[in-house]
Amino acid sequence: MAATETMTLNMGPQHPSTHGVLRLILELDGEVIVKVTPHIGFLHRGIEKLSEYRTYHQILPLTDRLDYLAPMSNNLGYILAVEKLMAVEVPDRAETIRIIMAELTRLESHLVWIACHALDIGAMTVFIYAFRERETVMEIYELISGARMTSNFFRVGGLSQDVPDEFVKKVSDFIDVMPGYLDQYEGLLTTNPIWLKRTVGNGVISAEDAIDIGLTGPALRGSGVDWDLRRDNPYSGYEKYQFKVPTGENCDTFDRYKVRLIEMREACKIVRQALDRLKPGPVLADCPQVCYPPKENVYNSIEGLIHHFKIASEGFPAPEGEVYQGVEAPKGELGFYIVSDGGNKPERLRIRPPSFVNLQAIEQMSVGSMIADLVAVIGTLDIVLGEIDR
Amino acid sequence: MAENNRAVLKLKEKFAASIIDVVEFRGEVTVTVAKSAIIEVLSFLKHSLTYNLLTDLTAVDYLGKKEERFMMVYQLYSIPNKDRLRIKTPVAETDCIIPTATTVWKTANWLEREVFDLFGINFTGHPDLRRILMTDDWIGHPLRKDYPLQGPDREPYKGRLS
Repeated sequence: MAATETMTLNMGPQHPSTHGVLRLILELDGEVIVKVTPHIGFLHRGIEKLSEYRTYHQILPLTDRLDYLAPMSNNLGYILAVEKLMAVEVPDRAETIRIIMAELTRLESHLVWIACHALDIGAMTVFIYAFRERETVMEIYELISGARMTSNFFRVGGLSQDVPDEFVKKVSDFIDVMPGYLDQYEGLLTTNPIWLKRTVGNGVISAEDAIDIGLTGPALRGSGVDWDLRRDNPYSGYEKYQFKVPTGENCDTFDRYKVRLIEMREACKIVRQALDRLKPGPVLADCPQVCYPPKENVYNSIEGLIHHFKIASEGFPAPEGEVYQGVEAPKGELGFYIVSDGGNKPERLRIRPPSFVNLQAIEQMSVGSMIADLVAVIGTLDIVLGEIDR
Repeated sequence: MAENNRAVLKLKEKFAASIIDVVEFRGEVTVTVAKSAIIEVLSFLKHSLTYNLLTDLTAVDYLGKKEERFMMVYQLYSIPNKDRLRIKTPVAETDCIIPTATTVWKTANWLEREVFDLFGINFTGHPDLRRILMTDDWIGHPLRKDYPLQGPDREPYKGRLS
């Protein structure tokens, strides 16, 4: 019998199911994967380096471009880290609106995930439906910030502006109908034999291995680890909300799918609670050393204009020290680590991207399975290259 | 307070000679240890004090600000206890090498590759030490403070002309 050789195959960076510019070098034995070597960095823009040359307010727009499917989660993580460093107290209304937006962002990100994941493994209908719902979230984004993706809406100490009057109704209408849409997706997928064949038993990773390799977020909860930063280390007032943290049992792609679907339902509940809590009030902290002045002062008084100019051009000096703030972004733990030397720019800003660390597990989760299963693993890890490469 | 932190108490007991500094800032505890003891400290924290998740591993360049130029930073998290701990260790430019943490956590693999790529710190015993974000033939380490923002062969940015 002739000796068999493995074959090397290049997958990506231009490949529709690698979700961006991810390049994988596969070593194959027939159609079975022997080794996966990911190559990343095609989208490296040096955001961490750029941040060292910008004031704390000027870094905020860069964070939109990390995980571009969940801009407000990135904004929130960064803003909370700066607020921790500056010890700024945020008004209640601003915190509540932040939570509404963070949870809508989770919905948005999970909608893109379910759409692309389903499309990759052969269920096109869900893709069309999920993008329809995502559009509503984008409209809410546009309504409050003027942009559909690069929101740049939060500010150190609160929000850039209050939300318009129609905001509450629009959000409320959306989360009223969203659970029905989720039932629709589940109807299309949960009992679909093709979906089950592609996801059950695919990409199995045990809880110990998952922790060892650093998985966080829904990918870790799918392996049965009951841990959610929103509940266990609450930030931005999450301790005031009631929600369940779903976990999986079989550590496979199907369980991660179920976990994310339940998370979407819980996100709707959190948004509903937040809408009920929403009271009129200020949306920016009264902390003139750090915060921008309200816009009406900028337009109508010379002091306000000078204040605005000073904050925009010089920023504010931060106390010497270092802080780390982790938030439960849709894809896992997103962390911002700021080292300040006492100046108005960070000495170092480190972004801990969930996708970067989660992607490391790809080899462990796919070796021994078929190429087609690798596509399902990429989908279930829910990676975004903007965040991996930074 | 930092002195009463469960990890700090144990570390002071066990690694008294290696602890350089203990700081608490905004409720976060940072322990600086000597480079020679770093892997022992990390593996003690993981196995005896349940800091089972290596959240992040990175470096900071203190060019001209500190005697030892680099500082390695390990962010640990304990899933059973839900608390964080930051371990730091200084690395001198002349001896820019540190033992790998991949022996303790697999997570460290890519994170150390990133530090190697962007800071030029070497890791002894790392299974696959290659550049990760920059191309393999890249010269220089972009996150070092003496690496120009605009890249090596371009005029420095002088601000907007208009």
